[in-house]
Amino acid sequence: MDIVLQQLVNGLTLGSVYGLIAIGYTMVYGIIGMINFAHGDVYMVSAYITAIALAILTFFGIESFPIILVGTLFLTVAVTGAYGWVIERIAYRPLRSSSRLAVLISAIGMSLILQNYVQLSQGANQQGVPTLLTGALRFNVGDGFVQITYMKLLILFISILGMGVLTYVIQKTKLGRMCRATQQDRKMASILGIDTDKVISTVFVIGAVMAALAGVLVTLDYGAFDFYVGFIIGIKAFTAAVLGGIGSLPGAMLGGLILGLSEALFAGLISSDYKDVFSFSLLVLILIVRPSGLLGKPEVEKV
Amino acid sequence: MSNAVVRKTLISLAVAGAATLAQADVVIGVAGPHTGAYAAFGEQLWKGAEKAAMDINAAGGVNGEMIKLVKADDACEPKQAVSVANRLVDSDGALAVVGHFCSSSSIPASKIYEEAGVIMVTPASTNPTLTDQGLPNVFRVCGRDDQQGDVAASYIVDKLNAKRVAVIHDKDTYGKGLADAMKSTLNAYGVKEVMYEGLTRGEKDFNALITKIRSVDADVVYFGGLHSEAGPLVRQLREQGSKAIFISGDGIVSDEFVSVAGSPKYVDGVLMTFGAPPTSYPSGKKVIKEFRDGGYEPEGYTLYSYTAMQVAVAALSNNNLDPIKGAEWLKSHSIDTVMGKKNFDDKGDLTVSDYVMYEWDGQGKYHVVD
Repeated sequence: MDIVLQQLVNGLTLGSVYGLIAIGYTMVYGIIGMINFAHGDVYMVSAYITAIALAILTFFGIESFPIILVGTLFLTVAVTGAYGWVIERIAYRPLRSSSRLAVLISAIGMSLILQNYVQLSQGANQQGVPTLLTGALRFNVGDGFVQITYMKLLILFISILGMGVLTYVIQKTKLGRMCRATQQDRKMASILGIDTDKVISTVFVIGAVMAALAGVLVTLDYGAFDFYVGFIIGIKAFTAAVLGGIGSLPGAMLGGLILGLSEALFAGLISSDYKDVFSFSLLVLILIVRPSGLLGKPEVEKV
Repeated sequence: MSNAVVRKTLISLAVAGAATLAQADVVIGVAGPHTGAYAAFGEQLWKGAEKAAMDINAAGGVNGEMIKLVKADDACEPKQAVSVANRLVDSDGALAVVGHFCSSSSIPASKIYEEAGVIMVTPASTNPTLTDQGLPNVFRVCGRDDQQGDVAASYIVDKLNAKRVAVIHDKDTYGKGLADAMKSTLNAYGVKEVMYEGLTRGEKDFNALITKIRSVDADVVYFGGLHSEAGPLVRQLREQGSKAIFISGDGIVSDEFVSVAGSPKYVDGVLMTFGAPPTSYPSGKKVIKEFRDGGYEPEGYTLYSYTAMQVAVAALSNNNLDPIKGAEWLKSHSIDTVMGKKNFDDKGDLTVSDYVMYEWDGQGKYHVVD
């Protein structure tokens, strides 16, 4: 019993990270109908910026964890957001009127550029940051125990907060209305006076910011990263986005949770050898039954 | 200056010039993960080989010709290993190769070196298959995973008296090979593992796996793999409150293991099998001092790489730069290296292996366990 509960906790925290990153895929797809294959590498960049921010803060002799956390989050979100904006400018905007294939290739190119640029500038070695927050909540269940570290609690809290704020922005604010209008019909939105270029830039920045949240949290938790960490987690988050219905914001969060939980439960109760085989089989299955994903709307061909 | 001396100088210059035209240098490849997640090991290989080549060149080179090193980066990927191996033999004209690091790279690359008739001396690939293939040109200056697994298994049974051993591997040729070798000896001792599972290389979250280790109540966790996964694994194991003893092989012999694990306190007490301290051989004293004077600590596989270069050069210089004859020659001669005298058997393995158990301490350093 305690083991199943522990696996649920593991899956929940992992899934919330997938969900955060999946938002970047789903929003960009929603607004310009393309997959941002460089998104996983934006996450990777944010891991490096986290380490740099930590180094800067420690250099100034700051040692209290809350200040370090807020400072690192602030710096990383700002710099990674700027990356998101620049990437859209360089790799996507000039190609917006070209075929989808061209944009897809430029996205993959961007991903390779980021990986190699980070590898060259920061070295190919594994990097590590020291543990800052230790300790855990522990509950006795039967003869065993279930525990959740404070860091994992923080991951859950900040992920839920981030997703909540984003949902509010999209549903209730003027910016959100502009995003939704652009998503529905870009041409009509721009005729009605919405600066769609600006909206698209904003969406890239929002995606990068969410990836940066995940990057800071995961880096502080696991401590280890290299220039290649964006690849696996990017693919997983992309899977989560497709699973939930790409283009749908709640879908990304749901997909992330389902993926995280299914991975943890399968690895924990059956075998971690075939964990990824299981997750991706699940994806294939859902796509066969529901091609638009769990919460996605079937695409209507406009006439 | 007398006439004779001038003439002699001119002649030797002409000879040197002709040699430059024909073949300027002895090209030796240094193949390994110079980039990628395992670049720390690539650096060890390169530092060792570079120093060896410099020292040999300073002492007159290989039969008077200078060694020219070519860096070949396989990023620890089998596909890339094959393509850099082809490049080394085809366009660079390498006569010998020091490398590769990862067994999954060494095995496919070794066939290319065999076809091209090039000597391959790996400083670090420990998978038994590499030499069991029966290729005439392949040598290694490290031990084999079955020897390494034996040492670990007998330690677990005799010293730790462990009954509940969880065996984890990274599904890779090296990691799974090592874990399997350990497991089979363990089973031969009559201890059945309580868990045997693989994890995915490149991932950082192993919490689900660790919860499972907790659920089988393991008192020893044996991991076959590299430090980039071992670090997060041991850290998350401790975070989940497990006190199981963590044992791994030579894949974690790098300072990066500590930084990847988050802090030295997580690696405290981690056990590791690795060859007897390469820095303990009296023949290596001078080289080690020079490394340290140059500000580089020859950790992990650095001296193995130096040794591999000496072995390759000995084979070439004693056989008129003929790699095929050189490979034959190596099997019946002993070579003096910085790590003592080395003898090879018919397969290309060392006749004596010297695995011992090390323990990491709370300062992030490792020492031989008495």
